[in-house]
Amino acid sequence: MLGYINAFIIGGFICAIGQLLIDKTKLTPARILVLFVTIGTVLAALGIYQKIVDVGGAGATIPLTGFGYSLAKGAMKDVDQYGLLGAFTGGIRASAVGITAAVFFGYLISVAFTPKAKR
Amino acid sequence: MQKLYTNKEYLDHVEKEAPKSKVARNIVRAFFVGGFICIIGQFLNNILAQQGIGKDAASNITVLIMVFLGAFFTGINIYDDIGRFAGAGSIVPITGFANSIVSPAMEFKSEGYVTGVGARMFFIAGPVLVYGISASVVAGILHYLITLSR
Amino acid sequence: MPTKHIGKQTVKIQNPLSIISTASIVGPKEGEGPLSLYYDVVIEDEMWGEKSWEKAESKLMRETVSKIINKSGKTIEDINYILAGDLLNQCIATNFAVRESGISLYGLYGACSTMSESIGLGAMIIDGGFADNAVCVTSSHFCSAEKQFRYPLELGSQRPPTAQWTVTGSGGVMLSNQGIGPYITYVTTGKIVDFGIKDSNNMGAAMAPAAADTIVTHFKDTGLSPEDYDLIITGDLGSFGRDLCEEIVNKQGYDIKDKYTDCGVLVYNKEKQDTHSGGSGCGCSAVTLAGFIYQEMKKGKFNNVLFVGTGALLSSTSAQQGESIPGIAHGLTLQNKFG
Repeated sequence: MLGYINAFIIGGFICAIGQLLIDKTKLTPARILVLFVTIGTVLAALGIYQKIVDVGGAGATIPLTGFGYSLAKGAMKDVDQYGLLGAFTGGIRASAVGITAAVFFGYLISVAFTPKAKR
Repeated sequence: MQKLYTNKEYLDHVEKEAPKSKVARNIVRAFFVGGFICIIGQFLNNILAQQGIGKDAASNITVLIMVFLGAFFTGINIYDDIGRFAGAGSIVPITGFANSIVSPAMEFKSEGYVTGVGARMFFIAGPVLVYGISASVVAGILHYLITLSR
Repeated sequence: MPTKHIGKQTVKIQNPLSIISTASIVGPKEGEGPLSLYYDVVIEDEMWGEKSWEKAESKLMRETVSKIINKSGKTIEDINYILAGDLLNQCIATNFAVRESGISLYGLYGACSTMSESIGLGAMIIDGGFADNAVCVTSSHFCSAEKQFRYPLELGSQRPPTAQWTVTGSGGVMLSNQGIGPYITYVTTGKIVDFGIKDSNNMGAAMAPAAADTIVTHFKDTGLSPEDYDLIITGDLGSFGRDLCEEIVNKQGYDIKDKYTDCGVLVYNKEKQDTHSGGSGCGCSAVTLAGFIYQEMKKGKFNNVLFVGTGALLSSTSAQQGESIPGIAHGLTLQNKFG
């Protein structure tokens, strides 16, 4: 149960920071996403994000900062295994499922459905 | 018109008078919806981890399902309503990443499956990959240099 | 010396020149708005049986043009010019809408000010003796505008409170040198005014100084005053832009408070329809002019109207390059009595 509460609080907190940035800085959603993924990567490289993941679980991995975290973690892991080449293979290897799923489902869904006007 | 304002005065005036976002309300909404999406992720992860498929597989399948859900709710025209309510609460989670890929793909279907769907799919999410992947390469290289120097 | 030009930016129309018919077709959201009874047709869904938003917008304009012509009692052969424009790149809604009509076209781009730009030019063409009848028409479509200027419809993003809602609709008028009014009597052509607003979610603030400039210039050029009008109405400043415009006009010594409003304020119910600052788009002023303003003038509720279409002349490219938003506003005087 504690795991769920932690996921809720950490995940909610990360999203709340995003909202604060949108409302206070006029950053567009696209910029917020870029900012979050980059921050996740940096925090992961510094070893900080691992600690957040240990506490928050999905609350830290589901937000886009978690995507940055898995990119950086993968790159560093592959460097340990394959040397410098790992910097170029690890990121995508670790996050392949998210990227591939988004492309594949994105294609399927866009073929199957059409946009509807907002009212 | 004789200048009643300088540009700066006008911008300041507009900034001051403009109707403001209800920041507190928006943050509460983002917190709850974002937190709730993460609970779903945690739930999936817990269930999958109990199947004895290993930690990595469990979290990969969680991501897979979350991306699918984000894409599916975009397809059935619901994710934009969630987004209008929740703001960053539904933009920041990985489901929002899926939404940012599916929504332009759907929108530009009228321009064809190659030049429309295929080409426009990444017009919002593309930068995320560009900066995320580039940052991870830099992280990897720095990691390499640090391990070398030890 | 031009004989019809008065003051700095205004033309005085010398011969009686009437709006002889109008038509407006709007989308479902506009049909639920406060002005719903004034529209000729409310379509049931935004696609209107077409395959794309752009085609749907084109159809809006095509059907509007044919309604204008039908209601005027004229035939296609009587129409000398169509003056039309829309918001899409290269004005494609317009081009495809009038493709089959066989009428001479001037395609115009004045962003959301296009309605008053086209009527102003149409009035000058007819008063100059170059035409008897001209159709002036514009359109905009929420979905095609979002797609071109902002984000895909299904993207889950929020709109800030200063954002406006593009009107889905097409409206237009037939101008003729025969007719019994309402008459076009003055045309005040706007100039670009830019106070450096860069936020494309705050178009009202970007255009308000241009609207105020045109209104004040109009009073100075013509010697008229706010007392000569019973309605002064801007195109699509929205509620926030409306307040700014009134304030700037007021600072220059003209009190328009009691008679001033904005089409973007009237077209939606701000509270119930979640449209934030109000309506925008070429269609916003067009359907309000063709519907509410024209019909209320015909009924005699308004006899002297200053109609000021407002436009924000930005593109997605200029916005991304960090340019500010140039505003423009064109004024027209509509009167039930000529001269």
